[in-house]
Amino acid sequence: MASHENSLDPIVLDDEDLSRRDVILIAAGGFTAIGTAAALWPLLDQMNPDASTLSLATTEVDISPIEVGQAITVMWRGKPIFIRHRTAQEIEQAKATPLDDLIDPLARNVNLPDDAPATDENRAVPEREPLLVMIGICTHLGCIPIGQAPGQYKGEYGGWFCPCHGSQYDTAGRVRIGPAPQNMYIPPYSFTSDTKIKIG
Amino acid sequence: MAHPSTYRPASGVAKWLDERLPVARVMHDQFMVYPTPRNLNYWWTFGGILTFMLVAQIVTGVVLAMHYIPAEDRAFDSVERIMRDVNWGWLLRYAHAVGASMFFLAVYVHTFRGLYYGSYKAPREVLWILGVLILLLMIATAFMGYSLPWGQMSFWAVTVITNLFSSLDAVIPGLGTTLVQWIWGGFSVGGPTLNRLYSLHYLFPFIIAGVVGLHIWALHVPGNNNPTGINVKSPAETVPFHPYYSIKDGFALVMFLLLFGALLFYAPNLLGHADNYIPANPLQTPPHIVPEWYFLPFYAILRAVPDKLLGVVTLLASIGVLFFVPWLDTSKVRSTSYRPIYKWFFWAFVVTCIALGYLGSQAPDGWYLFFGRVFTIYYFAFFLVVMPVLGKFERPRRLPGSITEAVLGHEASAAKPREREAVA
Amino acid sequence: MTSHSCLKLFGVFLLALALPDRGIGDEEHSHASELQRQSWTFTPPFGTFDNAQLQRGYHVYRDVCAQCHSMRLLSYRNLGEPGGPEFSAKVVETLAAQAQITDGPDDKGQMFQRPGRPSDRFRSPFPNDQAARAANNGALPPDLSVLAKARSGGPDYIYALLMGYRDPPPDFTLAPGMHYNEAFPGHQTAMPGLLRDGMVGYTDGTEKTLDNYAKDVSAFLMWTAEPKLEERHKVGTRVMVFLLVFAVIMYLAKRAVWVPLHRRRDGAKQSSSS
Repeated sequence: MASHENSLDPIVLDDEDLSRRDVILIAAGGFTAIGTAAALWPLLDQMNPDASTLSLATTEVDISPIEVGQAITVMWRGKPIFIRHRTAQEIEQAKATPLDDLIDPLARNVNLPDDAPATDENRAVPEREPLLVMIGICTHLGCIPIGQAPGQYKGEYGGWFCPCHGSQYDTAGRVRIGPAPQNMYIPPYSFTSDTKIKIG
Repeated sequence: MAHPSTYRPASGVAKWLDERLPVARVMHDQFMVYPTPRNLNYWWTFGGILTFMLVAQIVTGVVLAMHYIPAEDRAFDSVERIMRDVNWGWLLRYAHAVGASMFFLAVYVHTFRGLYYGSYKAPREVLWILGVLILLLMIATAFMGYSLPWGQMSFWAVTVITNLFSSLDAVIPGLGTTLVQWIWGGFSVGGPTLNRLYSLHYLFPFIIAGVVGLHIWALHVPGNNNPTGINVKSPAETVPFHPYYSIKDGFALVMFLLLFGALLFYAPNLLGHADNYIPANPLQTPPHIVPEWYFLPFYAILRAVPDKLLGVVTLLASIGVLFFVPWLDTSKVRSTSYRPIYKWFFWAFVVTCIALGYLGSQAPDGWYLFFGRVFTIYYFAFFLVVMPVLGKFERPRRLPGSITEAVLGHEASAAKPREREAVA
Repeated sequence: MTSHSCLKLFGVFLLALALPDRGIGDEEHSHASELQRQSWTFTPPFGTFDNAQLQRGYHVYRDVCAQCHSMRLLSYRNLGEPGGPEFSAKVVETLAAQAQITDGPDDKGQMFQRPGRPSDRFRSPFPNDQAARAANNGALPPDLSVLAKARSGGPDYIYALLMGYRDPPPDFTLAPGMHYNEAFPGHQTAMPGLLRDGMVGYTDGTEKTLDNYAKDVSAFLMWTAEPKLEERHKVGTRVMVFLLVFAVIMYLAKRAVWVPLHRRRDGAKQSSSS
């Protein structure tokens, strides 16, 4: 190393220099951290659903054309929604089932508290019992059960039958024969009028 | 680079890792304690700026790629969807587009710095060549990237530039046409072309990153050049990269970001072309096909030559000549600071590049074409005549004996006039 | 070059940016430089859109322009989003429902019409380009979504175009079916000068003049092209202030770090590294 006589040697800093320096360097470091975090946020947020996807987050369905005993399927957030206009007999059957007979005792209805039991009232909307609105995805591994179209096999309980592994659902969409572990889920929905429902 | 490593692992874990993969050691040696000449000026901050810009372009690019659709009937709309519906999409898209311009601004400043201070001279020839290679890869990447929005300029720029290859028909009949159809994946620019440009556009920045690694390696072997062009004579003439140049590069970067931000937030389409907001129409050519500003000088050179094949050759030569600069310049003096005659030619070269840029944006006729030719001739004359000839005949200013002398000379108020001159 | 001269250059550059949406590629230089600049509420750096103006502009578009010009990149929900006309949610639903949107195919394989929803794209006047040409003597009315960015001069040009219809000068040959316009390149366009005073009903008391229609629809078209303009300016202000403070801090930090090299043993200052 060059001798101390070399006027190019860095001088030793005194305490005043050091403390002033520390403050500025901390500020510089702080701003760098803030700037980096601020730059990072958009990079992460851009992966969230964009505005066009969010605009399709709600679907309105006109249910007046659905006859008694008829069912339609609509798409909501990329998933099939089963809407069945149940017959009096089907409602009777669902109501008459004791809860102990059910594989899954919970309503799985996001419009109700998590622990609501799977009574028929909790699967439909009060005073609108004939209408059953469900996410038509089998809770086993995600296949779409059959039973919507007239003439399709509806399983032993008259609801739906999943052709992938044989799960069977009753007229309230509750699983009665496995391997599916849970009742089909009820999506968030409400009646905006006597003839229209809004899903999502 | 022949300094023994001073890295001492601070913990057991650090020591364990150091014995298996000495990443921390390399970081310490090459970017913390690395001895850097103490007299570097702000022209030396652009390497750091360029590294930041490469990372920024890759990051914004990867994120945009999550939303972009490289199909000819969906590309334009997918970009608009990014601008309108994707969260922060407008910011990411403008950052990437304006970022490309900022990237080229920085690379041109960085290159001119290298030319001015003789950073290409022995023993840094490979460093320079790698740099020119990076420039070439950047040009290719930017060209491909510009095609992706599939606007009128995107489409027609690809058509014009790829059509240049058909000039090879004059060399071997059919070769050019076959080559062009191979590039297009069809009989004209279309969907297949777009898709492959997208794939390669995603790939090239990572190749650039690799060459940048080699570029930094090739720099660290001899060490940095400095404004005097005189070799470092003793460690007292250097300072550790960190904190001196890390903080200086950081400051310069923030200033650069101020310019970047001003453009991005207040004039994001200033450097672009309105026609690129018209969806590509193969049946309608825009009245004037113009590349982005950073290609304009080369565009002017291309159009200066009346013959198609020779024009392409001249265009390629305008970049190709850069590879030979270390051998074209015969001067024994590195830094233009000590080359008073050459300095004039250098600045004339800078003016030439800017003039060619302006001329590239105009229609190639009348006075525009005339001056385009004049400046093209000077462009090549600078490399092929001035550099070899002047080096032999110019009498340089008296060089300082060392960096120390150059730095101290400034406040030698009673210094002899000759000495003062030497430190210009 | 010192950091001071850098700063000066930078300042000059910033001033130059105060012009709205200019393009360097305006190589048809004579055209762009003759264009009269109007005053808009949205010029950088702090400009915003005037909601009421955008709402009026939308009505001009819908009542007049939309007969021929599609705007396929816009959805009805955009009319209610912040930074735009900002119609209320109810109004947006109503405006959407006023349009008949083609949907389908239904279970019988047929396409059908239904009232629009906010999530729908704007209804196009023609199902495809060929139909548009057939209805307009072979000329294709361009989609207006990004037109304000697709023409050099942007909203200034659009305003000049809408105000530029005149009788052709005596020595000018007007091709059949074309209309003379002072602003249009080549001075003749297939688009007729449709706008007239009193043509579009304004409900906020603004005078129903051609000038106002042209101003309002030009501003509206600027929004359709750049719906994020307000957000961009807002975020920009925050980022630039942050960067300015950051720059000052970094400069002071750099000086602080370099003190040992800039101050000599005898207290005299060395040349500060530039």
